[in-house]
Amino acid sequence: MTLFIEQCLNGLQFGLLLFLLAAGLTLVFGIMDLVNLAHGSLYMMGAYFAATFVAWTGNFVFGVVLALGATLLVGMAVEVIAMRRLYGRDHLDHVLGTFGLILFFDELVRLIWGPEGLTLPLPSWLNTSIQILPGVDYSAYKLSIIVVTLAVAAFLYVLVMRTRIGMLIRAGASNREMVGALGVNIKLLYTLVFGLGAALAGLAGLMQAPILTVQVGMGENILILAFVITVIGGIGSIRGALVAAIFVGFIDTLGRAFFPDLLRMAFTKEVAATAAPALSSMLIYLLMAIVLVVKPEGLFAASDK
Amino acid sequence: MSGKLSVRNVAIAVLLLALVLLPVYVELGGSRFLLTLFTRILILAMAAVSLNLILGYGGMMSFGHAAYLGIGGYAVGMLAHEGVFSGFVQWPVALFASALFALVIGALSLRTRGVYFIMITLAFAQMAYYIVAGLARYGGDDGLTIYKRSQFISPINLSNKVQFYYICLAVLIGSIYLVWRIVNSRFGLTIQGARSNDTRMRAIGFPTYRYKLVCFVIAGTMCGLAGALLANHTDFVSPATMYWTRSGDLIIMVVLGGMGSAFGPFFGAVALLVLEEVLSGITEYWQIILGPLLLLVVLFARGGIDGLLGKVRHRVSHG
Repeated sequence: MTLFIEQCLNGLQFGLLLFLLAAGLTLVFGIMDLVNLAHGSLYMMGAYFAATFVAWTGNFVFGVVLALGATLLVGMAVEVIAMRRLYGRDHLDHVLGTFGLILFFDELVRLIWGPEGLTLPLPSWLNTSIQILPGVDYSAYKLSIIVVTLAVAAFLYVLVMRTRIGMLIRAGASNREMVGALGVNIKLLYTLVFGLGAALAGLAGLMQAPILTVQVGMGENILILAFVITVIGGIGSIRGALVAAIFVGFIDTLGRAFFPDLLRMAFTKEVAATAAPALSSMLIYLLMAIVLVVKPEGLFAASDK
Repeated sequence: MSGKLSVRNVAIAVLLLALVLLPVYVELGGSRFLLTLFTRILILAMAAVSLNLILGYGGMMSFGHAAYLGIGGYAVGMLAHEGVFSGFVQWPVALFASALFALVIGALSLRTRGVYFIMITLAFAQMAYYIVAGLARYGGDDGLTIYKRSQFISPINLSNKVQFYYICLAVLIGSIYLVWRIVNSRFGLTIQGARSNDTRMRAIGFPTYRYKLVCFVIAGTMCGLAGALLANHTDFVSPATMYWTRSGDLIIMVVLGGMGSAFGPFFGAVALLVLEEVLSGITEYWQIILGPLLLLVVLFARGGIDGLLGKVRHRVSHG
């Protein structure tokens, strides 16, 4: 039972982390109609920046804030230099152009930081565990990830639904020309939205960094997961991304933890041992295939699209 | 393919002639590595040609085309692992398995469109990737070494590098011809019509879903053959063959060469792989050049190499 609670929390934590990535993707897609494969690269940049800045300043929080700012700037630079020219193009062009960016960023990181990965050590005040229920301890760091991501989700909701900027963002999503004609600097707005998405990806990357190693290509696997989430949730819908992310986080974590045991009950040990790893990595893709077959537009398709 | 002496046709003729003569050059003292490199290029060009059929002509943006490379390869590898070396068994199995996979994922994926189609084909290819990565009996993540190439009747010997090169060249030219015949048939025109305006095609009475599905299966089967060749070429097959970045490479070849042109993907494959080879000779960090280059192609050279060649002809005839 303790294990089950712990795995559920892990699932929630992983899901919320994925939400940060998926939210950026879905924002950029919903508003600029841009498929951004390079989103995973921004996740990677966030992790590398954090590892570097924390080592530089010697202070975890300070380093993390600097890393977030740096990822934001990188994102905005990418938008101004490359993405801006891709708006309104074919989706295939987006896929190809941003694929080029992935190659660029991977190699850039290898050039600057070298091929070996980095580590981001946790400060002692995060590297403990907290008793959450009688007899159940949980990592304080993972708990803090849950808290931070929930706060970010709330912030996003308020930003998009309750502020003037959010109103402009939503207006820009439904009619770019009209918003521009009303005197809004739509170019700047897009740059800001892209930067925001980049910062969210960077935040996900740097929060994942202490758990995994910081390495080249770390963004690519998780990028596919984030895409799966945006597609399941319905492209352009932040709410859909949140629901789908938590769902995927749970399925992936619990699948990996308990699926082998379930299989062992149904089949021989040998079959279970061979099939379980493959099947549990497949679960999410299977889920996505089912969702798309039943609801080709995703669960929470933005109604005006 | 206008049949005139255009720049494009001259380029095709020169490239083909060079490829036919390449083994002669190698025999006369050129680097043997060239033969290996170009065998690989021919095989991947074939995969790109098959992708072009659905991507360029059919407008189906499949982001999972490398899956067939892996399926064709694993059909050969698994049968060889089980002691079946006959190419007369291995290759039909490779083709059939790819066709079946294409039929299943095509039937499901073609219900969606746009980005959803890109993503669902990607998801299916990733599923295939995880399935083979989980097959402990066939090497799992580490891949499977093939100790003996596919066996055919006596004059055909795939272990002979020159012969294998010519087989790949012949199969590639055959597949380009096949695609050319398909797209110029009534069937192919329907597919292209569905790319331009699916609703209208359905309104005038074409069941486009079925047409597109058949097209999807043909492309998958052709790529499965390329996979069987690739496994024979490298004597090895691994899940990495079907990783999503490989599907990305195939898309790059098609777009770089020129979508929806018969020889475009062929140019694209040659250009991309030669460029990789040249750049990696200049610097260890060659992808830092290749990445932005791709972006530039997307931004400024939409028609790819084929489009550029076409433009040259245009300028010559009007200048």
